[in-house]
Amino acid sequence: MQEVINEMNVNFLSRSSNEGFARAVVAAFVSQLDPTIDELADIKTAVSEAVTNCIVHGYKSGIGKIYISSKIYSGGKILIKIKDRGCGIENIEQAMEPLFTTGGSERSGLGFAVMQSFMDKIKVSSKVGKGTTVTLQKFIIRRPISNEK
Amino acid sequence: MAVKISNYNNFALALIEGDIDHHTAKDIRESIDYYIEKYTPKMLKMDFGQVKFMDSSGIGLIMGRFKLMNALKGKLKVINIPKNLERMIKLSGLMSLGIFEKEEK
Repeated sequence: MQEVINEMNVNFLSRSSNEGFARAVVAAFVSQLDPTIDELADIKTAVSEAVTNCIVHGYKSGIGKIYISSKIYSGGKILIKIKDRGCGIENIEQAMEPLFTTGGSERSGLGFAVMQSFMDKIKVSSKVGKGTTVTLQKFIIRRPISNEK
Repeated sequence: MAVKISNYNNFALALIEGDIDHHTAKDIRESIDYYIEKYTPKMLKMDFGQVKFMDSSGIGLIMGRFKLMNALKGKLKVINIPKNLERMIKLSGLMSLGIFEKEEK
C-alpha cells in the first residue's frame, strides 16, 4: 500500500488571474520531491490546462470556486485533483478529443491532450449540473522524501 | 507589458515576454490585433524567445494570429520557440503550417 506522506488543499475563485497562482502553488508543493525543471514544467502546464477548463467551461456563466487537493505518496507518486462545481461535461469522450472545443476560435481544443501527454495518468469524472473533477497523476522518483515532520 | 510590438521595414515584430496562459493571452492578443488591424503589416513575426511558460492558450494565440494574418493577406512567422515549449508545439500539429523559424537572437 502506498502511504500518504503529505497533502495540501487550496481553493480560490474562478478568476483567470488565479491561473498563475494555481500552477505556482502546486509547483511549490511538488518541489519538495526535488523534480527536474522539465517535470515541474509538465505539472504546471497540466494544472494550468485543468484550471483553465474550470474557468472557461465549468463556470462559463459566472464565478465559482475551484478546489485543488494534492497528495504525495511514498514512492514518489503525486496526485493532483482539480475540481469545480460548475456545469459539468455532457460527453467526456468528445471533450477529450484533441482539437474538439466549445471555447471559440482562440481555444485550441488541446487541454486534455496536453494533460494526457504531460502527465502519467489522468482521470475525468463529471456530472452535468454538478461539476467536474480532473485527477492528474505523475511519478517523481529521484529523491523520495522521508516521513519526518 | 507582456508583449512589445515594433515596426520594421517589411514586418512587425511582437516580442512576447513571461507566461502565456488563458489570462495573459487576452492582453497579448488584444495588443497584437489592435496593431495588426491599424497598420496591416505584410508580415507578423511573433518572437517566443522570452516566453518562460506556455500552456495550450499559446497555441490558440498562434492559431488566431495565423487566421487573422491570412484574412488580411499577410504572413505569420513564429520565431525562437524555446526548447521547453517544443513538445507543446509538436503536440498541436501546427508544425505543418511551416510558420516556425529559428533566427535573430
